[in-house]
Amino acid sequence: MSAFDFDVIGRSLSYVLLTGLRFTLLLTLLSAAGGLLLGTLLALLRLSGNPVLGWLAAAYVNLVRSLPLVLVIFWFFFLVPYLAQWLTGARRPVQVGAFASALITFIVFEAAYFSEIIRAGIGSIARGQSLAGLAIGLRPWQVTRYVVLPQVFRIMAPVMLTQTIILFQDTSLVYVLGLVDLLGAASQVAQRDGRLVEMYLFVAVVYFVISFTASRGVARLQTAVAVPR
Amino acid sequence: MNYNWNWGIFWEASPEGAGSYLDMLLQGLATTLAVAALAWVLAFTCGSAVGIMRTMPGRVAPLLASCWIELFRNVPLLVQLFLWYFVLPELLPAAAGTWLKQLPNASFATAVVGIGLYMSARMAVQLSAGIGALPAGQRAAGTALGLTPVQTYRYVLLPVAYRIILPPMTSDMLATLKNTSVALTIGLAELTARARSMQEFSFQVFEAYAAATLAYGAISLVVTLAARLLERRLRIPGFGTA
Repeated sequence: MSAFDFDVIGRSLSYVLLTGLRFTLLLTLLSAAGGLLLGTLLALLRLSGNPVLGWLAAAYVNLVRSLPLVLVIFWFFFLVPYLAQWLTGARRPVQVGAFASALITFIVFEAAYFSEIIRAGIGSIARGQSLAGLAIGLRPWQVTRYVVLPQVFRIMAPVMLTQTIILFQDTSLVYVLGLVDLLGAASQVAQRDGRLVEMYLFVAVVYFVISFTASRGVARLQTAVAVPR
Repeated sequence: MNYNWNWGIFWEASPEGAGSYLDMLLQGLATTLAVAALAWVLAFTCGSAVGIMRTMPGRVAPLLASCWIELFRNVPLLVQLFLWYFVLPELLPAAAGTWLKQLPNASFATAVVGIGLYMSARMAVQLSAGIGALPAGQRAAGTALGLTPVQTYRYVLLPVAYRIILPPMTSDMLATLKNTSVALTIGLAELTARARSMQEFSFQVFEAYAAATLAYGAISLVVTLAARLLERRLRIPGFGTA
């Protein structure tokens, strides 16, 4: 075994962190925001009382949740160009680029998980809240918008943040598309310099520090934002 | 869409020379199921041990358990697999490292160990939460009856705790199954990897992934139904959510 060369980390630090980690964080934040938006919509559809829309939303959520993320990544990598062609009416499949493809995949995938969180949150709000909203003359969408959802987001904030930490770790799977995220950047350096041990250990430490710190923060938040009930 | 559908592709011979594309996918499915089952056994065993340690009196055992859980929970599975596959053999003494690298099924064994330990952290959290959900009087009653700590866990706490966590354990089992696909990065020819090579050989992208999707969906359905049946079978009247 050759001696450790921790210098390789120092030499590639700016590339791994500024290019790789930046990509990972950007993908995480955009996917979480998009996933939350789409997930809320799915949860509302499911609870809308419309049998067709409700069934479709449920089928979508259950299907996506039964699939491995890697498979979904492959699906969308090939499907998105055809979808874009269909949407824009172009004559050939539209190349959207790996980042856009990955972003769409993660939004669509995470939406299924976020929708379950939102649905559980809505279920935890006392029924009297909605009835009271209707009684004072709010329209159903106003009840959802001003009475139910604000409480759901507050109650479920810790769970949604935990899901975002899981998402942060899951973005490492864009490795299968050859994208340069935190792991991808480190992997490039590792293979170029033949320093797999140092680089992979370093990446593990970076992921650990961020995830561990974030989950500690979530645990604190949990006690801070708890709605007194 | 200018895509040439060809559902007959499954019966055409695959260039790997081992039968049709369908056979290739089925082999992948078998690998997926084998890795998932073995990894789940490992996750269940280690996770139970760590979960119990986390609820034990004293400070050392819970601290060790927390370290285990945080370590395996806060590093992405893909990175953990790389650590087991690429890094571990280099850190061991040369002879042991070479032996590891030359194992005939290195990626299979790595996948089982890596996914198993990764999932053990989740299992441990679930079990300790299940034990924590029991009224404190249960443990005290066991002690008062003269049971040893081991007997208290074996006959009083665990039988109920496992029943409580059966639903989240089912989702962990499904997560284990889905996580096997990550092992394609270390060269394991499981279901997703097989679908991907079928796509590369035949260019029938959507047929290949549709078949894999169907298979994962079917397994999820079977596991979910079986778990529901098990839950009903094991229910003790008066315990847990009715």
